[in-house]
Amino acid sequence: MAAAGGVVRTGLVRFPIFSLGACASRRYLNSRLLCTRAGTRLCNHQVAPQIDRAMGFRPAPLTLLSEDEMMMKETVSKFASEKIAPLVSKMDAESNIDESVRKGMFDNGFMAVEIEEKYGGCGSTFFVANLVVEELAKVDASVSVMCDIQNTLVNTLFRKLGTEEQKNMYLPKLATEYTGSFCLSEAESGSDAFSMKTTAIKDGSNFVINGSKMWISSAPHSGVFLVMANANPAVGYKGITCFLVDAGTPGLSIGKKEDKLGLRASNTCTVHFESVVVPEENILGQFGQGYKYAIEMLNEGRIGIGAQMVGLAQGCLDATVPYILQRKQFGKRLFDFQAMQHAVAYLATEIEAARLLVYNSARLKEAGQPFIKQAAMAKLYSSEVATRVTSKCIELMGGVGFTKDYPVEKFYRDCKIGTIYEGTSHIQLNTIAKLIEKDYNCTM
Amino acid sequence: MSLRVLVGCKRVIDYAVKIRVRPDKMGVVTDGVKHSMNPFDEIAIEEAVRLKEKKIAKEVIAVSCGPTQAQETIRTALAMGADRGIHVEIPAKEMEKLEPLHVSKILAKLAEKEGAELLIVGKQAIDDDSNATAQMTAALLEWPQATFASKIEKTDGTLLVVREVDGGLETIKVKLPAVVSADLRLNEPRYATLPNIMKAKKKKIVKMKPADLGVDTTAHFEVVEVCDPPSREAGIKVEDVDALVSKLKEAGRI
Repeated sequence: MAAAGGVVRTGLVRFPIFSLGACASRRYLNSRLLCTRAGTRLCNHQVAPQIDRAMGFRPAPLTLLSEDEMMMKETVSKFASEKIAPLVSKMDAESNIDESVRKGMFDNGFMAVEIEEKYGGCGSTFFVANLVVEELAKVDASVSVMCDIQNTLVNTLFRKLGTEEQKNMYLPKLATEYTGSFCLSEAESGSDAFSMKTTAIKDGSNFVINGSKMWISSAPHSGVFLVMANANPAVGYKGITCFLVDAGTPGLSIGKKEDKLGLRASNTCTVHFESVVVPEENILGQFGQGYKYAIEMLNEGRIGIGAQMVGLAQGCLDATVPYILQRKQFGKRLFDFQAMQHAVAYLATEIEAARLLVYNSARLKEAGQPFIKQAAMAKLYSSEVATRVTSKCIELMGGVGFTKDYPVEKFYRDCKIGTIYEGTSHIQLNTIAKLIEKDYNCTM
Repeated sequence: MSLRVLVGCKRVIDYAVKIRVRPDKMGVVTDGVKHSMNPFDEIAIEEAVRLKEKKIAKEVIAVSCGPTQAQETIRTALAMGADRGIHVEIPAKEMEKLEPLHVSKILAKLAEKEGAELLIVGKQAIDDDSNATAQMTAALLEWPQATFASKIEKTDGTLLVVREVDGGLETIKVKLPAVVSADLRLNEPRYATLPNIMKAKKKKIVKMKPADLGVDTTAHFEVVEVCDPPSREAGIKVEDVDALVSKLKEAGRI
């Protein structure tokens, strides 16, 4: 897990050129005309989008999936309900993802959705990766997060920043064999990620890494660690560099598993680096750009968390409604009471809204459109919806909802981390607010 | 000796769906209902793909008769490892009236046309439970049949098939070419992995109509009514055997 965030004003953050919405007042229009496209500050506010008919752009419902997307989704759904569902309680109790599930995830290509075929992946899309994460989360959020981190953080970092050599070395293994772990947070730096203390000091053509990372998912089983370490503390966060450290490198040790409230099957550990030596070829991307990469990847990765939370909420509701459709009190089904109907209707509406935010931000990203604000909104809203839905579902189930015999209490425990990791809700709100300011801010 | 295998797969309502009778009592609700490949046909495809992996088969062709959506079923077969697909187009309305005999005629013609040496289908479809297509196709082709197969082995120019019959297991030897129908315990079908689903997009599906094969799909049956089975009533407890016997007599059972 990584609890970090913060918006950094760099040239890499793309500003929306236009946004959907009704045309605003004349004042805004005038000020828009005064801004130049060449500048880094664009006055983008409220211009109706040009629907370019020549390009065959056809608006379609967000929840309408292509045939391919449906096939992929149904395959995951089938695997999840047949191979993962029976093991969910056991994995939660033992705090471990079963080996058959881990292997199944790799064998079926779930861990390599976007990786190109030549490296052993599926060659599919970011949207499909999110569908996979969502379907898995309907059954088990821990399995889903393992898949999400691999697809949206680890694989993406390699695909975008890796040299051909690094890609050839790691992508096939990430596709078929082992997880990678993304190491950003530390005991003393969560949201304030850039204040990290892990250092990487140059020594000839090597770097020596010292420090400890915290909240690292899948650490005991990962084959490679993507470690954000400061290679030039004198310049502050601009020294943060991403290093590839193979499992088993001398000096790298995995601490004990955290005993967590939820997502228990996902292993979360501290990882210690005691004079870990890596050659400079193990830098991923460019020296001193680690902070940018972390932000960019997390901007995308949080759509995946949004998908996870939507799936979790849906899975919880799917476990609850059949129960209240058959349980009777006072001679009626629980669902026949209007209060119950209203509660369920409201929960379903919230999940649908969250899903649309997630799907739209994924589609925006795929379309090469600005998506950071929408991605932050998606993660913020869906994680909060998940907490509301799961909490309410326990009440709707009554006493049995409070027992481990029924799945809702696990959904309730699992959802809580959603508002915390990959950027707390407050960090998301900061991000959204800063982008709103840009929307409205013109050089006047 | 490497076989060309033809496998029939039918698109049916998913086994997990709760079936509802249509208000007009002439069929079941299919609109908006989840459909998937007949589970026994999945087993048939799996067996064909395994034969290919063992180098006993050289090519696996998946066939499905149905409306446009039947192509999804064929794509699943391709994703599981079939090499190419044939879609025999039957409009949705006519689908209800399509009978096992029609399908048998289609499969027989295709087996001849494609030069198949082995035809594998599921033992029955979970929607009509006919359990007739394999048998009739074999008769039309004048090929031997090995139905309810729970194990298939190849020996020279013949197949050694273990069949699940009422009395137990029967092992028979059939000469090739032959028709086999797959039973539940023949194998456990693989999942179509995501990479294979992507790869399957490049495999060919050929479309044709029953008329192209010279098959007439005029219905021989007419559905009179479709209704729910009677709902299960509660049982009653009796004190002793005499009471049981008198109750049974009362109900006209003995």
